Amino acid sequence: MPRPLSPWITLGLLLAAGIGLFCSSLFLGSTGWLWPSPNHPDTHAILFELRLPRVLAAFTAGALLALAGSLIQVLTRNPLADPYILGISGGAAVGALLAILFGLALWLQHVFATVGALAALLLVIALAHGEGAWTRQRLLLTGVVLASALGAIITLLLALAPDTALRSMLFWLMGDLSSAPAPWLALGGLALLFLLLMPWTRDLNVLTRGEASAASLGVAVRELRWGAYLLAAIATALAVITAGSIGFVGLLAPHLARLLVGADHRVALPAAMLLGANLVMLADLCARTLIAPQQLPAGALLALIGAPLFLALLYREGRR
Amino acid sequence: MTCLLRIENLHLEQGGKTLLEALNLCIRPGECWGLLGRNGAGKTTLLHTLAGVRQPSQGALYWHDQALPQLPARTRAQHIGLLTQDASEGFEESVLEAALVGRHPHIARFSQASTEDEHVVRQALADCGLEGFETRRLYSLSGGERRRLALATLLAQNPRLLLLDEPLNHLDLAWQWRILQQLRALTDAGRGLMLSLHDPNMALHFCTHVLLLDGSATWVAGKTKAVLTSNNLYAAYGFRLRLVHDNGSAWFVPQPSPL
Repeated sequence: MPRPLSPWITLGLLLAAGIGLFCSSLFLGSTGWLWPSPNHPDTHAILFELRLPRVLAAFTAGALLALAGSLIQVLTRNPLADPYILGISGGAAVGALLAILFGLALWLQHVFATVGALAALLLVIALAHGEGAWTRQRLLLTGVVLASALGAIITLLLALAPDTALRSMLFWLMGDLSSAPAPWLALGGLALLFLLLMPWTRDLNVLTRGEASAASLGVAVRELRWGAYLLAAIATALAVITAGSIGFVGLLAPHLARLLVGADHRVALPAAMLLGANLVMLADLCARTLIAPQQLPAGALLALIGAPLFLALLYREGRR
Repeated sequence: MTCLLRIENLHLEQGGKTLLEALNLCIRPGECWGLLGRNGAGKTTLLHTLAGVRQPSQGALYWHDQALPQLPARTRAQHIGLLTQDASEGFEESVLEAALVGRHPHIARFSQASTEDEHVVRQALADCGLEGFETRRLYSLSGGERRRLALATLLAQNPRLLLLDEPLNHLDLAWQWRILQQLRALTDAGRGLMLSLHDPNMALHFCTHVLLLDGSATWVAGKTKAVLTSNNLYAAYGFRLRLVHDNGSAWFVPQPSPL
């Protein structure tokens, strides 16, 4: 396929952009360029206690959601699917909002979010359990319906919440990277998921043709499908706990990657992860510098940056 | 000659209905089996079972002398290929990328497609009249071209036993006969083949053997001429056909004429 750039060059450019964004996020902030002024007494604390965890959280959450989105789109063979379609983020949100509503400590918020994500995941899998051609649709429908129910609970919680809690609840829902817990842990999880998945990327390519064809081509369909669902769910849960609701990137990044490097997941999956990471890092950088010292919700900026980019690429693709 | 695939006492069920009972069959190299039967008689179910992608409700299948379920999936896919009825493309974009998927079982997990793989794929595309289509995008193909791409993908897989579920769907008349000729050439070169068909005349002219299902668990199998008789076809389809001889070849025509 004649693309303007070979996939490997595109991957290299994405990586370079990622490193650039990572460094900019470290050194750029509400105080302007911190570098080169290493003499300021707070420099060390700002760099390593505020900005580094935050940019790591952005990188990790973006990459995790892109990974989960790529998997879910292959598994459901539905281009509109995103990691939130399984209701996982809804579960996490209900957990986190309850914790905020009760005025619990930050670490308990994360525990509640984790429990909520896992509960939603188990519920979807239990309800959609079964075999056969109908499984895929049933899983999608179960996830969508559960997500709507959880959305209703979120609305109720917001309506019942006192004004003092409302603001932090809204920020959580819009995607908030300022209070990411243990980004190193999420980063480790990301690395592990990536290493687990990469050997199976060609099997994922074959799986997009349907189960009977994939099985006849030697793919262990059953094992691959459930393994991929599990990895996608873990990735989504980790991402939601790290960064709140920034799900749009899970829909966007896989499509952007396919438009840029083609549909071969051996290249498209790393490309989607880099794109997701870059988009969230960029959104977060803008969120905290555009009208500094005030902060904007990263999730909203993500959609504002991502949507035009995606539409432009889609338009270019349509004209080819 | 030993069997490629041996079928022992196979029972098939679908949706609580018994489709096939106690099927014993042996597909040998060089045999081209036509699979005929009315809609819902179990042709697709049987082909998927023989390909090892569906479990039989009872019975055993052997590849040479090894039980089919014991064969590793990758090894099985190197030997047995299946063309599904509605072969849907994946997310690939170009014709060449799509056909390369057929090489999947031959490429080791961490390897790339070699120039040899690409050569096989290009040859398969050429055999199906898709030479020069390599960089065409999938959505620009017609229904018949898609079908030929699916066939090329199966040829690229290069299995010893080819199982084809209605391979002639969407093909124009000339391509139907051309593809049949090619498939027959493959069996003459020592491969085994079973394909489901709807036209008894095609089975009559291209298949060495026929398996006729009647949808109520009974079946007739054997050499083409022995199985394809007006009476057997009437029992299977509930439709009268008459064998007409013309210049040394024979054709089934509806009896009485529907017009």
